[in-house]
Amino acid sequence: MTVTLPPPSSQFQERRTLLYQPGLKRNRFNRICNAIAATFALIAILPLFLVLFYVLIQGGRLISPRLFTELPPAPGLSGGGIGNAILGTILVTVIATAISVPVGVGGGVYLAEYSSRGWFAQFVRFGNDVLAGVPSIISGVFIYGLIVATRFFFDQSYSAMAGGIALAVLMLPTVIKTTDEGLKLVPQELRWGAYGVGASRFVTITRITLPAALTPIATGVVLAIARAAGETAPLIFTALFSPFWPEGVFNPIATMSVLIYNFAIMPYEAQNELAWAASFVLVILILAANLLARWISHLTKA
Amino acid sequence: MRSPSTIDAFTLRRRPPAEKLTDIGFRQLTLVLAGSVAVILLAIFLTVFQGAHEAIATFGLRFLTSSSWNPVNSQYGAFVAIYGTLVTSILSLLIAVPLGLGTAIFITEDLIPRRLREVIGLMVELLAAIPSVVLGLWAIFVMEPAIRPALSLLHRTLGWMPFFSTEPQGPGTAPAVLILVVMVLPIITAISRDALNQVPVELRQGAYGVGTTRWGAIFNVILPAAVSAITGGVMLALGRAMGETMAVTMIIGNSLNFSFSLLAPGNTISSMLANQFGEADGIQVSALMYAALILMVLTFIVNVMAQWIVRRLSLRY
Repeated sequence: MTVTLPPPSSQFQERRTLLYQPGLKRNRFNRICNAIAATFALIAILPLFLVLFYVLIQGGRLISPRLFTELPPAPGLSGGGIGNAILGTILVTVIATAISVPVGVGGGVYLAEYSSRGWFAQFVRFGNDVLAGVPSIISGVFIYGLIVATRFFFDQSYSAMAGGIALAVLMLPTVIKTTDEGLKLVPQELRWGAYGVGASRFVTITRITLPAALTPIATGVVLAIARAAGETAPLIFTALFSPFWPEGVFNPIATMSVLIYNFAIMPYEAQNELAWAASFVLVILILAANLLARWISHLTKA
Repeated sequence: MRSPSTIDAFTLRRRPPAEKLTDIGFRQLTLVLAGSVAVILLAIFLTVFQGAHEAIATFGLRFLTSSSWNPVNSQYGAFVAIYGTLVTSILSLLIAVPLGLGTAIFITEDLIPRRLREVIGLMVELLAAIPSVVLGLWAIFVMEPAIRPALSLLHRTLGWMPFFSTEPQGPGTAPAVLILVVMVLPIITAISRDALNQVPVELRQGAYGVGTTRWGAIFNVILPAAVSAITGGVMLALGRAMGETMAVTMIIGNSLNFSFSLLAPGNTISSMLANQFGEADGIQVSALMYAALILMVLTFIVNVMAQWIVRRLSLRY
């Protein structure tokens, strides 16, 4: 029995060639879409270059030793520096880190090590995601209502402490989440090994699992610090501002971010220039922290 | 010599009470620390609600629809700010979603060398790291003067529409929308990129195997498979855009009067808070707390919906 194939039609063969045909409608559509995607990607990275360019040019030319050692000038006068604001940003960020890292790492340890699938852990994870979505200005309003308006610390209203706590509220979700997820990546065998040689749960967590998850946790913490250092909204009415050097943690304090906000909207040239200079310092610090975080996270991958 | 059958070493060790106490204490400590998240959330809500109590009692739901914000005779309504919050965040997403999604596709589908894709991805991440207040400074002194001619042209050609009915004179809603685009673009790009990367490689191979083009595969296979995570990311970006404060405050003009025009100064809830909270007293503080409560509820709804969408819509491969 023979199978009779239909005679090959020339039209059929022509239409089904396997060669790439640039003129086909779908290939033209493909090229148009490629071009659109490339254009969108260009537009997306354009603002980074424009912002960095202006911050580096406008702020960079003002960099001098005075900038770091002097106080901002009174309105109308020129010269001066942002020394108090740099110190203030460091102080407020340190307070925020000192509060949020122990609390966040502890909370993350509970989620990952003690109750990974329990209802309470699920509830805390949900709450953590909600807290991460709370606008930063709300954190400022919260601390204003809780600490500033009630004069919680030694009858002081605005204070560096209040600002630091407001930033800690913003950092906490990031620290908890990175700890939780970092610990989940630690192989279960490490824990079994520790229990096997007779280690207690406390020793296992503090000596085995936490060190093993150090890299992702450190990455998350550095990113959270970088974000907190640039936050302004929670500080405007908690840490407020001060034209003087920091006078302890229970007094109002200047920070670079609030300085940028205050000085950008002043009608004085000298203040506007200091705002650019503060932006320069802040952006360099934050970009350096981000690159540091990337470097940390690459340490173990390599 | 002991015989190997008596294994002394394996007598069970009794845990000393100190060790037990440390274990229990540590567990309780971490439990309390984890619970602090719930306590803080509750405290935020209660503090803001308690602060807003007086204004809620005085103005009731009229607060949402009244557009008079008058500290002199203590009449407060947040309509202008609520309208501004919704308009700026939604408009900015309408621009940022196509841009972010296009960028994400560009750096996940192998259109360009891997190295270049990583560089573009890193740049988008660095854009996300630039503080809002620095973007605001840039918007005031660089972006707004640069785009004003374009906005003027928009007014001259489309001025008959209520949205472009005023002459642009510096700060306004339109520049605020543009700076919001810059702020939410990295979020949308990052989440879309993760979503696209998680589409199983078999789906791609199957699509190419039946002979589709790259964009045929993207539109018909890859995007539908990633749609839930992308939608969730867009909702998260919407929440971020609604709560974004500094850059918007610095460029929106903080007007208390209602205007349909995008070229006129406007206001948002968060910029109103940033602007007035420091100098407010009496019932104005309470009215601002009421506005903060509204913002919290709005972002809460958006964020919970985002999580729900991600869980509900995720396709089973």
